[in-house]
Amino acid sequence: MAKITLDNLAHSYLPNPTGEADYALKELNHDWEDGAAYALLGSSGCGKSTLLNIISGLLNPSQGRILFDGQDVTDAPTAERNIAQVFQFPVVYDTMTVRDNLAFPLRNRGRDEAYVAERVQDVARMIGMEAELDRKARGLTADAKQKISLGRGMVRKDVNALLFDEPLTVIDPHMKWELRTQLKSLHHEFGHTMIYVTHDQTEALTFADKVVVMYDGRVVQIGTPEELFERPEHTFVGYFIGSPGMNVIPARVDGRQAYVNGSSLDLGQGYGPLEGKVEIGVRPEFARLSDSEGLPVNIRRVEDVGRHKIVRADFFGNDINIIAGEGEEIGADKTRVVFDPAHINVYANDWRVQGEAA
Amino acid sequence: MMQEKTVNHKAWFLVLPVLVLVAFSAVIPLMTVVNYSVQDSFGNNQFFWAGLEWFREMLAEERMWDALARQMAFSAIILAIEVPLGIFVALNMPKRGFWTSFCLVVMSLPLLVPWNVVGTIWQIFGRVDIGLLGYTLDALGIEYNYTQNVIDAWVTVIVMDVWHWTSLVALLAYAGLQSIPDAYYQAAKIDQASRWKVFRYIELPKMAGVLMIAILLRFMDSFMIYTEPFVVTGGGPGNATTFLSIDLVKMALGQFDLGPAAAFSIMYFLVILLISWVFYTVMTNLDKREGN
Repeated sequence: MAKITLDNLAHSYLPNPTGEADYALKELNHDWEDGAAYALLGSSGCGKSTLLNIISGLLNPSQGRILFDGQDVTDAPTAERNIAQVFQFPVVYDTMTVRDNLAFPLRNRGRDEAYVAERVQDVARMIGMEAELDRKARGLTADAKQKISLGRGMVRKDVNALLFDEPLTVIDPHMKWELRTQLKSLHHEFGHTMIYVTHDQTEALTFADKVVVMYDGRVVQIGTPEELFERPEHTFVGYFIGSPGMNVIPARVDGRQAYVNGSSLDLGQGYGPLEGKVEIGVRPEFARLSDSEGLPVNIRRVEDVGRHKIVRADFFGNDINIIAGEGEEIGADKTRVVFDPAHINVYANDWRVQGEAA
Repeated sequence: MMQEKTVNHKAWFLVLPVLVLVAFSAVIPLMTVVNYSVQDSFGNNQFFWAGLEWFREMLAEERMWDALARQMAFSAIILAIEVPLGIFVALNMPKRGFWTSFCLVVMSLPLLVPWNVVGTIWQIFGRVDIGLLGYTLDALGIEYNYTQNVIDAWVTVIVMDVWHWTSLVALLAYAGLQSIPDAYYQAAKIDQASRWKVFRYIELPKMAGVLMIAILLRFMDSFMIYTEPFVVTGGGPGNATTFLSIDLVKMALGQFDLGPAAAFSIMYFLVILLISWVFYTVMTNLDKREGN
């Protein structure tokens, strides 16, 4: 296990990148703490797999360094980095038995058979495949195969990190929960540094201690699930996380007041003069319908999703979502919306602006 | 669950075109041969029933057994060379980019050359007086003459077949290799698998299906080989490169022994059918057993 440091790291798939747009992964400095569980979250093509492949050494970065416990491994081949990786599609050696599959990484490293047998037994118990040890890997179900891939990653005790590249994509929904829970308990038990790439926010938020959100080749926020929910640092984090995502409304901000189409609302905090594109962001959870207070809103549709209602509405020409309680009556008199001032974030050019406590 | 099936005898008419086609392309010609194999003739289109006489005669004939032995040896040797060589070539082909297409085109070239042209090419190529190969070997002081020396004749015929058909194996193996996702190689790197183990546990299992087809095709084709050795050596020196089909043609057209030749043909056909069937069954069973 090791602390992994990314130092000025960037990558472009082009031989001679010129502008920033040519980089699939934009300059990045970050420390992955030893023993923590991270999720790397972002939509397809945002550079998360690129980052993962650089850490595992399958890809050489165009610039910058990677350090494992302070030691430069940028040019070290994958085998020397001593990491384990689980891929999107299960990789098993079809012609081998489950036992031989699990033993493979250890045997390749010349460990003695007694130790190999012991580790294989341990890992088989962890992934719950003791009964299938002597079966051929071919013909097993996708989730059994993915468990074997996972087991092959865990069989070495001394791995620096366990990397997952959307490992649950091909798994049945009910097995997803089980495998994810298993992963989490394995992490608690053995304390491996884990990096988990996914585009599924539920997966990221339930798995990780810290979620790294990527957008367009850039890390836009690193934080706990709670931080991502309450204080999205970037409008992308706002609408990528949450269901539905944050409402982002163009506004003019002056001190403690924001003006949307001339109507003012209280921000709870004061802001200095702002440049560029100014928007306010508020999560649907922190908006409330009212018949007397707040600003006018036009309800267009109400969707009942079971535990609450999602109200789709028009707010000065912007589409917004409001979450209403399951028992709440939404009548024709609800023509106004109130935003909780403590949960309104202000964004300038998509990045959050820190307010001054007033 | 029981399900009522609609009975409709008109459906038989739909099978008719296929039956007619197969009859003309396979059944009727084959039956002609069967017809000849059980009759004797002294010309004038007069035939007499001969029963299994020709079969008995042919089975007792040493000449046929010799040709069969040569044929077996030839097929075994070219398979032993072409399959590993084809795999080796496929493994070393560039995976992407301009050179991939270049290699593919160059490799398919021998496959496009007609059989008798291949024979002619090698017939001239190997000649000591004007052929590049024969002349060079001669100049180097190596004694080489495929028209006189048995070993030289065999080497020439085998090298010719390897030149002509290794591409087929290589192309099929290459197609098998291309279907392996990158993740397998990456996982192998992470597992610190050696090059040999990557081949043994990833590439070979993934190629098994196409390799089976390649081996089957090469076996059948080499077992029926006629044109190339006929053009190069004419079956000689002596009978050294007289393979089954060459012998058959000599018998049928050279000596006009239609009865024995027909009996020979049928046995030849049955041997190919039998070996192919055994081979196919064994391979598919192996495949199934591995998958439990």
